Amino acid sequence: MGLQTPNGFNLDNSGKRIVVDPVTRIEGHMRVEVNVDENNVIRNAVSTGTMWRGIEVILRGRDPRDAWAFTERICGVCTGTHALTSVRAVENALDIKIPENANSIRNIMQLCLQVHDHVVHFYHLHALDWVDVVSALSADPKATSQLAQSISSWPLSSPGYFKDLQTRLKKFVESGQLGPFKNGYWGHAAYKLPPEANLMAVAHYLEALDFQKEMVKIHTIYGGKNPHPNWLVGGVPCAINVDGVGAVGAINMERLNLISSIIDRTIEFCEMVYLPDVAAIGSFYKDWLYGGGLSGKSVMAYGDVPEHANDYSPASLKMPHGVILNGNLKEIYPVDHKDPNQIQEFVTHSWYKYPDETKGLHPWDGITEPNYVLGPKSKGTRTNIEALDEEAKYSWIKSPRWKGNAVEVGPLARYIVGYAQNKAEFKDPTEKFLKDLGVPVTALFSTLGRTAARALEAVWAAREMRYFQDKLMTSIKNGDSATANTEKWKPETWPKEVKGVGFTEAPRGALAHWIKIKDGKIDNYQAVVPTTWNGSPRDRQGNIGAFEASLMDTPMADPNQPLEILRTLHSFDPCLACSTHVMAEDGQEMAKVTVR
Amino acid sequence: MVSDTPRVLVLGIGNILWADEGFGVRAVEEFHRRFRVPETVTVLDGGTQGLYLVNFLQEHDRLLVFDAIDYGLAPGTLKIVRDEEVPKFTGAKKMSLHQTGFQEVLSAADLLAAYPEALALVGCQPLDLEDWGGPLTDPVRAALDAALDHAVDILAGWGITVMAREHPIADEDRLLADDIDFVSYERRIA
Repeated sequence: MGLQTPNGFNLDNSGKRIVVDPVTRIEGHMRVEVNVDENNVIRNAVSTGTMWRGIEVILRGRDPRDAWAFTERICGVCTGTHALTSVRAVENALDIKIPENANSIRNIMQLCLQVHDHVVHFYHLHALDWVDVVSALSADPKATSQLAQSISSWPLSSPGYFKDLQTRLKKFVESGQLGPFKNGYWGHAAYKLPPEANLMAVAHYLEALDFQKEMVKIHTIYGGKNPHPNWLVGGVPCAINVDGVGAVGAINMERLNLISSIIDRTIEFCEMVYLPDVAAIGSFYKDWLYGGGLSGKSVMAYGDVPEHANDYSPASLKMPHGVILNGNLKEIYPVDHKDPNQIQEFVTHSWYKYPDETKGLHPWDGITEPNYVLGPKSKGTRTNIEALDEEAKYSWIKSPRWKGNAVEVGPLARYIVGYAQNKAEFKDPTEKFLKDLGVPVTALFSTLGRTAARALEAVWAAREMRYFQDKLMTSIKNGDSATANTEKWKPETWPKEVKGVGFTEAPRGALAHWIKIKDGKIDNYQAVVPTTWNGSPRDRQGNIGAFEASLMDTPMADPNQPLEILRTLHSFDPCLACSTHVMAEDGQEMAKVTVR
Repeated sequence: MVSDTPRVLVLGIGNILWADEGFGVRAVEEFHRRFRVPETVTVLDGGTQGLYLVNFLQEHDRLLVFDAIDYGLAPGTLKIVRDEEVPKFTGAKKMSLHQTGFQEVLSAADLLAAYPEALALVGCQPLDLEDWGGPLTDPVRAALDAALDHAVDILAGWGITVMAREHPIADEDRLLADDIDFVSYERRIA
């Protein structure tokens, strides 16, 4: 049956139904169902979060100054970003101003998390959708060395280096231990890289694994510890004392220098390994430009990385801010998080109950009341669903909309907004990347474009870390060592009832927390996370969300091995764990694929 | 290769926001509250960090991990698993609720030539993993003492003596703070 959605997609669920459950190699639990036509092209897509719980249940009645510590525990990936969003929400509610140094340090921590997450996502969660590990075993180390040297001056590129690595990998694979490489459809027709490119990518997989620990030292130093760095309402918890010595206490010159050197190496890794790898891989996939989905139509970025402390206006935010609708890059709309008519969550197709489900609710007035009911056309039982009924409620994810529009969020959305704003720092590298690849600018609206935007952004973010570290050093040299403002620390100084909102750009997209504080305690707390925007089910009008849109019209080589589906979904860096844990029935199993 | 003075990582993993899922973190928190350890031992709250923990494995020779495991036993039952039994790869059923994450950590460590020379898991059978925002259940809470005894024994077997703290731990030295420490987290429920 054919159906046109208001946001411009033609859905047809008459063909064979394919169920992928769970979608592996992501945080959290997610399932996707698609219908393919007689040519195995996807004509309908249904994405569902199979578990979701709100943080609000836990936070009600707690001390707002501790909310960040709880939100940091929601999941194992965006820890610091949730914490930052939380302290910003509380500061916004209580009108607390943070010192400039705190702003610089927070920016460095947030940018570090961006780079770290992008690197880990690309090499450890996403590269295996493009790279065939088993094929690397048949690579010629000498040719691999030539390939590596042709794309970058990164020193680890000798034939001997690749030969040793290949031997290690061979031993690993032959012992039956695929370990982290287990979930792959090795030998699948949709893998396009020659063995040498595969071997180079595997080498960089291991280098990235080894290098990411250097990056997190920035969190260990500025956040006091890692994992789970410390944050503080009113600033940052670390004191600065440049003359200090020893390992305990304030940030001294030795530590500032260590951070500086890590930043340099991070820039180097992103420029000389990560981005060239994405370009090299992209050159073999430039004919595979599926997966654009909503990105060519409607995208949203909240913006982040304020130049000036306490100024979250678009002019101060170095990361792009704004909404683009229906592909009109000439008009960029600002987002007002406090306007009850802009950001709203709908539950028409979500397993929640609202008093009036024809309307959306602004997060300040958000309700999270579960209502697990399956539609009449669903197949199977409540505990073992064989096929969902997308005309009814079908997901634990709500449908957030901006003025009623479904939007994509994430690095690609940020780059599209930055591009549309004619900001050279976003536009120029994007154009260069696409030109070098020999594809038109519109190729950006694709799975490959999403993956490229993340790599470009990692380079940008690494350089911005350098900018804010220098800014911090200048400030310290000028005698300013303030890192926290404790004026309004005591709840006695707070108004009886206030509300606020804090927003950031998490690695995977726009994130905001809305808080209501009453008598010094949290009265309501709602987080709308990036994967809620991207992974949302249909809304009342029938608009499909970014995940669903991205799968449309993609041809599959073999529906029993849904590599193309995983590749596109992974390109969003989905994180359904914002509340849940994975409990796979057989441990590290391959995604179960059912064809009906 | 066996080190002369092995560096040991005592790790707790799990999500404290999911009732008994928090066993591993609460156990390591309690271990840290009660005991002082030699400098060669690191006590770490790993939360739900997954692959990011590989670097801690690189920096240590042996690993003792607390985690909630599902063996289909009576809730609160402890199970001690050693070395190659802690499966690097799948095959075993629901070895650990973080199996995906934690197995990946181990195989990634292996790839980086940093696999622990000795490995022990102190696992606890959960009762409730669905109570979002809830506390440890009674049987799991009751197993904490014995879990710590096992850990002390395992460490002793590795030649490491832990000392009971003479004085209560200072607030700033606690493993978890900011209202998510064991006592504060559960106070509203109690």
